[in-house]
Amino acid sequence: MRKAMFSLFAATAMAAPAFAAPVALSNDVFVERVSTDADGKRKVTLEAPQVVVPGDRLLFVLNYRNAGNKPADKFVVTNPLPAAVQYAEQGDSDGLLSVDGGQRWGKLGELRVRDANGAERPARNDDVTHIRWAFNQPIPAGATGKLMFRAVVK
Amino acid sequence: MSDFGSNGGLRLVLSRQAILLAGAAMALAAQPAFAGGTRAGTTISNTATASFNNGGGTTEVDSNTVDLKVDELLNVTVASNNPADVVTTPGATSQVLSFTVTNTGNGVEAFGITSVANGGGDDYDPTTTSIVIDDGDGVYEPGVDTVYSAGTNDPVLNPDASVTIFVINTTPGTVVDGNRGIVELVAAAKTGTGTPGTSFALQGEGGGDAVVGATGADGKDDGAFVVTTAAVGLVKSATISDPLGGSEPIPGATITYTITATVTGTGSVTGLNITDSVPANTTYVPGSITLGGVVQTDGADTDAGRFATDVVTVALGTVAGGNVRTVTFRATIN
Repeated sequence: MRKAMFSLFAATAMAAPAFAAPVALSNDVFVERVSTDADGKRKVTLEAPQVVVPGDRLLFVLNYRNAGNKPADKFVVTNPLPAAVQYAEQGDSDGLLSVDGGQRWGKLGELRVRDANGAERPARNDDVTHIRWAFNQPIPAGATGKLMFRAVVK
Repeated sequence: MSDFGSNGGLRLVLSRQAILLAGAAMALAAQPAFAGGTRAGTTISNTATASFNNGGGTTEVDSNTVDLKVDELLNVTVASNNPADVVTTPGATSQVLSFTVTNTGNGVEAFGITSVANGGGDDYDPTTTSIVIDDGDGVYEPGVDTVYSAGTNDPVLNPDASVTIFVINTTPGTVVDGNRGIVELVAAAKTGTGTPGTSFALQGEGGGDAVVGATGADGKDDGAFVVTTAAVGLVKSATISDPLGGSEPIPGATITYTITATVTGTGSVTGLNITDSVPANTTYVPGSITLGGVVQTDGADTDAGRFATDVVTVALGTVAGGNVRTVTFRATIN
């Protein structure tokens, strides 16, 4: 299935240059494997996942590039979280989160959810449905950047 | 995908949208409601979207889609359902220990079941006669529940599902009071076991790999029997008081018989009756039976004592080890 999806995309991507998409967005997912070496040092390696199992920590990397010749204004990157992963953290990136399918956005501490019996409680990592980065400044022509967040396979 | 203007990139967006929708459908199918995690075989699809305005209105582009398949994690736990030792007696048959086997992995899995009675750490080895798979009510029912046969009817459990397993044993006749006998039940994933992280290529549910989880894909727990026996010691004594104020066995003197039943051991005796015939040449004093100092009536009624045809009977019923019962009655010398 995975290979089939890639080849389908590849076929689409080959057609892309004809349309000269002014902004390119690519998406990579890595599994973070933590190991301890002989000296007892903790080592984190990133692997292109062949096997993921519940509990695996995934690093999502989004690379963008303004391939056009004009600045891209009001640049927003949105990543809906796959249902089978739980949001973990985004390091020092300042993405906004949504816990309601993208209707409201904020930092996790600002968001609240209503539980089954109607009571409100502060949102938790496992409530996050979307992550979004909205840029205040236009992306200059030719500029590139990288956005990252981590999530755990439920 | 709000702008349907003349941007050439839009066609790219639309054709990728088809992929995105396919991915979304798979994402909806993921129901990570299991303690063991996302069901094996689930596809995790990730696509991001960028929107921007480069002077021609708002444009959106999707990233490529990355699909990851969730592989099967092999995990199982076994828990004894007998928190306290199960009481048994020497030579007893059909002595039952109960265990719960739970699939804590994320895929459907068959488990092989074995029991170990000679693992040590105890006083004797119970003789296991069969392993029985419960029919779902948690109660051992001989002839209703299914006898387990390794490789033939290995229980197949969905993620989070559990089954009750009974281990049926005979207690050797040679055991003595206080002996413990431990039986361990082991459940192992049929796909394979090993150190966590061991992978079995293409053997997972949904066509992926199967990976040994933190439990090692096998689980075990101990159940134990404790032998309880009880013994009864009877001591009978007599005191005499004669009409002259002495203690001579002369006609008219009253003999007070005291019978002390002492129960020893960690078990209980059941249906314990004390019977004693009134000696020849004496006459029972009506209403003289006492049990623990409490007067008993002579009739066959609700209290423990009775007197009939020159026999005193006191029904003590079930008496646990460590207890003493004292019965007295009186007779006069003819």
